[in-house]
Amino acid sequence: MSEQVDVRSDLEAAAHADPGSNGEPLLVVKNLKKYFPIKQGVLIDRTVDYVRAVDDVSFEVHAGETLGLVGESGSGKSTAGYCVLQLLKPTSGSVRFRGQELTGLAHNKLRDVRRELQIVFQDPYASLNPRMTVGDIIAEPLVVNHLGTRQTRRKTAEQLLDVVGFSPDFVNRYPHEFSGGQRQRIGIARALALNPRLIVCDEPVSALDVSIQAQILNLLKDLQHEFQLSYLFIAHDLAVVKGMSDRIAVMNLGKIVEQGPADEVYGRPQVEYTQALLAAVPVADPRQMRIRREERRKHKHVLAEPV
Amino acid sequence: MALLEVEDLRTYFQTREGEVHAVDGVSFELEERKTLGIVGESGCGKSVTALSIMGLVQTPGRVVSGSVRFTGRELTTLKRREMEDVRGLEIGMIFQDPMTSLNPTLTIGTQITETLRRHLSLSRKEARKRAVELLEEVHIPNAGRRLDDYPHRYSGGMRQRVMIAMAISCNPKLLIADEPTTALDVTVQAGVLDLLEELREDHDMAMIIITHNMGVVAETADDIAVMYAGQVVEQATALDLFDRPEHPYTEALLGALPKLDEPDARNARLLSIPGRPPDLLKPPEACRFAPRCKYAGTDDCSTVPPELREIRTGHWVRSAHPASERAKQPVAVS
Repeated sequence: MSEQVDVRSDLEAAAHADPGSNGEPLLVVKNLKKYFPIKQGVLIDRTVDYVRAVDDVSFEVHAGETLGLVGESGSGKSTAGYCVLQLLKPTSGSVRFRGQELTGLAHNKLRDVRRELQIVFQDPYASLNPRMTVGDIIAEPLVVNHLGTRQTRRKTAEQLLDVVGFSPDFVNRYPHEFSGGQRQRIGIARALALNPRLIVCDEPVSALDVSIQAQILNLLKDLQHEFQLSYLFIAHDLAVVKGMSDRIAVMNLGKIVEQGPADEVYGRPQVEYTQALLAAVPVADPRQMRIRREERRKHKHVLAEPV
Repeated sequence: MALLEVEDLRTYFQTREGEVHAVDGVSFELEERKTLGIVGESGCGKSVTALSIMGLVQTPGRVVSGSVRFTGRELTTLKRREMEDVRGLEIGMIFQDPMTSLNPTLTIGTQITETLRRHLSLSRKEARKRAVELLEEVHIPNAGRRLDDYPHRYSGGMRQRVMIAMAISCNPKLLIADEPTTALDVTVQAGVLDLLEELREDHDMAMIIITHNMGVVAETADDIAVMYAGQVVEQATALDLFDRPEHPYTEALLGALPKLDEPDARNARLLSIPGRPPDLLKPPEACRFAPRCKYAGTDDCSTVPPELREIRTGHWVRSAHPASERAKQPVAVS
């Protein structure tokens, strides 16, 4: 495994610092590890080995910026995202959000922090409860946090529907009435309900048609601008990530193998794994077809072999 | 004579609310050893077109008119038994979701040999031997040992490779791949597309690739048909289509694809298509793209249905406002 390449200058880091936390970036992840035990045995389970899903990963997200986390299936990028939110308990390492350490935080304290830390899930079909109305889905974070009254929550839900480009009348509808792209908008509205600072977007467009994907990506950019949001944007498609991110971290087999400003990671990839990811993105130019096929053949060995 | 000739194909579904014209007058030809890409959004009728060719449209759907000629033979009027002999043997098909198209209760070996024994009347032993060769051909490591595994032991990309092995097992002349890579990671997608191209060359097959991703067809297709609301709206060679797209919808699909070499992509917006594809129960009467088209409304294009016309040799378009004509006589767009 090659050395991690970090090209970001310290000056730039200072410029992006969150003023609320002694100049520390909004999110600081240090030496994060998440190991899943492999157990064997009939009556008594014995841990024989570990899957090192996230293996010593460090990155920062500054206020108002997007960090793209890119890699293949199984590279550990989603696990890293879940560890940031403490939806998975990290094996070791530190996750600091606005200067506060999140690992080991008690449940009720964590709930307060999570108001500012939200997630948009990959599958818009599985992440919305089919028995709840759209209004109830969007307002649920407010209910969980005991915020507002029934009336004010409904009002908030209506406003959020408007923010994501829907008519406020949709509050009484059910998820099955909506297409994949529309459901993802509902998921985004729910993530916005608590006015968060950071949203983890876990493959938010990979289940969508290209034309709908464009709508959602544009919406995420607009919202970032409007609400000064920061994103940890997780995806496997480098073209999607590049268009969204200020900086990119490339993950492979649980480690970050390259990290830097989006244009540099794309323009001068230092690691062969990044080059292989770049060569895999389909390009809308039939003339490059053969050249790119050659390029892919060259880098094939660095991609995860099917086991 | 082309290998496959589809002419004015119409497949309608009878529903409680009315008749859905899922495929509404689709025509195209495919030569031997060529690849045709069919591109369009969910619900544009591209998959139903493939199912209609294969004779796999289920009730309440029905091919109501049009013809599908394969090696000169009309397929739409074949009896069920006769069509079963064509499917798998002469035309192979790969479906979108590799997770659900394999039977989880049967080993991979059983599922591959099923096709071989049905069509080629191979003995159990011969079929097994051929199955190992097929798995090797789609680059599954340790093919001999993996034959007795159940599908859950295979990853998504490998299951799709198994599906491909099954589809090509009888050396079909035509392979239809319906969204073969949609459920997969970009790296796995690239591997599957490269494999399909390799097999197409080795087996002298023709191929139809159905996808919503303009990038995927650019990587594979010789010719491209863009579908919208049950109709072909633009058809041309891949080179001409990407160099000079004519239909506003094709332009929009290209603009929606995130590009790696886009300068300042971080601050740019992708071209998205406002609104949704029309309800096929009551599609717009004239141009079906008119409600979402930024060039519509300045003339009679939303009252007079546009015909598919040849705007230059080999380049067909169904629009009153193709790009090359907009350039010549700019219409005032408010």
